[in-house]
Amino acid sequence: MLAELGLAMLWLAAALAGLQLVAGSVALTKDGEGLGGIVRPVAVVQGVLAAAAFASLIWLFVQTDTSVKLVAENSHSAKPLIYKIAGTWGNHEGSMLLWVTVMGLAGGFVALVERRLPERTMMATLAGQAFVSLGFYAFLLFASNPFQRLNPAPQEGNGLNPLLQDPGLAFHPPTLYLGYVGLSIAFSFAIGALVTREVGPAFARAMRPWVLGAWIFLTLGITAGSYWAYYMLGWGGWWFWDPVENASLMPWLAATALLHSASVLAARNALRAWTVMLGVVAFSMSMVGTFLVRSGILTSVHAFAVDPRRGGFILALLAINIGAALVLFALRAGTVTEGERFEVTSREASLVFNNVMLSSILGIVLLGTLYPLVTEAMGVKVSVGPPYFTPMSAVFAVPMLVVLAIGPLLRWRHDRFKRVSPVLAAPLAVTIIAAIGFAVGGVTSTMSLIALSLAPGLAVASVLPLRGRHLGRAPLSLWGMVIAHLGLAVALFGMGADGAFTKERLIAARVGESVDVGPWQVKLGAITPVAGPNWTALEADLVASYDGASPDHLKPQSRTFWAPPQTTSVSALHTRWNGQLYTVLGEETHDASSAAMPTGRWQLRLWWKPFVPMIWLGGILVALGGFLALLSRVRQDLKRRTVRARGDIRRGDREEREAA
Amino acid sequence: MTQSEAPRAPRAPSWTLWLPLALFVLFVGGVAISLMLPKSTDINSQMIGKPLPTFSLRPAADGRPGLSNGDFATGKPRLLNIFASWCVPCGVEAPVLAELQRQGAQIDGIAIRDHKDDLNAFLAKNGNPYQRIGADDVSAVQLAIGSSGVPETFVIDGKGVIRYQHIGDIRAEEIPMMLAKLKEAES
Repeated sequence: MLAELGLAMLWLAAALAGLQLVAGSVALTKDGEGLGGIVRPVAVVQGVLAAAAFASLIWLFVQTDTSVKLVAENSHSAKPLIYKIAGTWGNHEGSMLLWVTVMGLAGGFVALVERRLPERTMMATLAGQAFVSLGFYAFLLFASNPFQRLNPAPQEGNGLNPLLQDPGLAFHPPTLYLGYVGLSIAFSFAIGALVTREVGPAFARAMRPWVLGAWIFLTLGITAGSYWAYYMLGWGGWWFWDPVENASLMPWLAATALLHSASVLAARNALRAWTVMLGVVAFSMSMVGTFLVRSGILTSVHAFAVDPRRGGFILALLAINIGAALVLFALRAGTVTEGERFEVTSREASLVFNNVMLSSILGIVLLGTLYPLVTEAMGVKVSVGPPYFTPMSAVFAVPMLVVLAIGPLLRWRHDRFKRVSPVLAAPLAVTIIAAIGFAVGGVTSTMSLIALSLAPGLAVASVLPLRGRHLGRAPLSLWGMVIAHLGLAVALFGMGADGAFTKERLIAARVGESVDVGPWQVKLGAITPVAGPNWTALEADLVASYDGASPDHLKPQSRTFWAPPQTTSVSALHTRWNGQLYTVLGEETHDASSAAMPTGRWQLRLWWKPFVPMIWLGGILVALGGFLALLSRVRQDLKRRTVRARGDIRRGDREEREAA
Repeated sequence: MTQSEAPRAPRAPSWTLWLPLALFVLFVGGVAISLMLPKSTDINSQMIGKPLPTFSLRPAADGRPGLSNGDFATGKPRLLNIFASWCVPCGVEAPVLAELQRQGAQIDGIAIRDHKDDLNAFLAKNGNPYQRIGADDVSAVQLAIGSSGVPETFVIDGKGVIRYQHIGDIRAEEIPMMLAKLKEAES
């Protein structure tokens, strides 16, 4: 009964999205203004209904109702509760339902709180949001119904991909989705502003908190995903340039560019067409990424729920949504003037430069992700990996990081380089000293050397905007920027350290044997079988001591799940302030002459990775910076409303301009 | 809007505004074409076309001999089924294997990380289509022949060469396909 109820609510939500589109569009015409009143309430109810449909699917998973096809295919009664819940979105249909739910809720929230845009633009925005949602509703209802029944119902479900049975990953997709779909709001705002030709500071200010929010979730999602791959896949790497990873990186790059260009538009009324374009591109990248991952068109080490039949449907959605937006852009962008001017040495110019660099990296990642497709169509199978992506993106990332150090010190509109050059002496000196130090210290990899020398300089430059200020009274948005840029420097240092300092040992050890890796001595203490709720495993007891200090025990496992049957290795990590010891237990080795003859030697893979956790610490700092900036925007917004209520509009606007 | 709309910055020529759309159309077109191209869904194991590795497994269950690679050089193709009593889909697959056997397929089994008592109970409950069952306690043979999970079924020709790998359980509608693969392996 619950499944039918969920499906009914989904249909109703879809119908309301249709109503929202029609009423919102009619409200834009002269005769239809009266209809505008219903658009906001409809948007809210649509969001609530989508959320209720999603909630019923979660409940079906919690109960392991195997009469529902999706549950039978992806869950199992023996699974821990948290993974039953996570199983809801750990599959194609469920994740698409999560997608429309987040879209619906976000649209409803915009309808409730956003009051500063002109009403006509707001109607166009909500109609745009409904237009995009409708496609996804149609996709769910006609091509991938999550509530489909199975008759007869199997006694037991198939289980969830064991790789997904990890607390980090259970919450990773929803985090990314909040990011992807948050960008749909930016997209809708861009459509709304283009339709009514109201591309100005008000549009940028209305859109900015949404972009910030989506960007924070994307940052956290990418950071968590990278850490997950690092400790779960047991290969010790933190970024693979896999299509699935690129699918989340591309919208992040576009959103980062959008964030900065929206700041220019909000503060200086410049970069209008560019900002609108990025609004369209950012969400397009979310959709393109989803399409590439879900359609099975690209092979990936971790593409889940791949189905080429559905690829056609998502492609059609993509073509309609993005195609329509780009046509609108081409028709209208010419009527949107570029706004205020600025000079080459100015805050705006540095942000334009950052935008161009980010877009170039985006282009490179997109090209590299699609290239195997092109060659496969011509009959050649290739895979494009780190040898292409890393140096190509570094070509643009390095100049961007240099300008990132200078830009925040420049004034809006025009500045003299002479004014800031003395201030830049400090970060420059730190960079040169670091470069010499690491080169002399034996770092031979060029990439690592660049990262390790730029990072400290960038860190110093990041905090320079705070100099001469009373730290407690510096605006929150300034703190946000400083911390985000500092986080980038921290992450950069971790990336460089990984390439430069990592020590690796791969051995076949008997119980009782010891091995050195970097400053660690690791002894294989014992191999014991252990059992979990739905797996059995062999567990190694590794006794690891750092520089002769009292030892720590690490317990990596080689784990076998039985529903569905699959073996994965669960690494064990020990984190110190100066790095991480990473251990993986492999198979027992076998005699060369007879495959079935065990030798009593176990494969052990050990890494000592100095400073590598800084990669993810940096990611968290970047997200924290975004959060502070968002907090400051929301606070200003509330203040502005109070000020406006007092009728003192000018003061509010001036404050906002200063803080931007 | 109160700000002046007078054009001040030099404007890009209007055709550039269509550029994003052109690129996007190119992308959609290219992707649509490759979506329509037929994709090979067969999983090409590294082991296909190669002889079975050398192995010798002790009997896993009562009443059936153990299994070694030499047992396959009989001149007639056979199925090699990788399974376990603890594997839920293996129980589902059992009647399908029985049907394959009824239609003339000869089937050997390798039981993965299993216990004799559990396996005897499993065979008593689900039937026993196997002529020989080898016990692979540490998945050594399983890994050596390129199998990563249970159930999996290999078609081995009369000379002991792996001809086809079927990942996951064989479903009832796949019986004719499996028989065809066996027939193919005769040549």
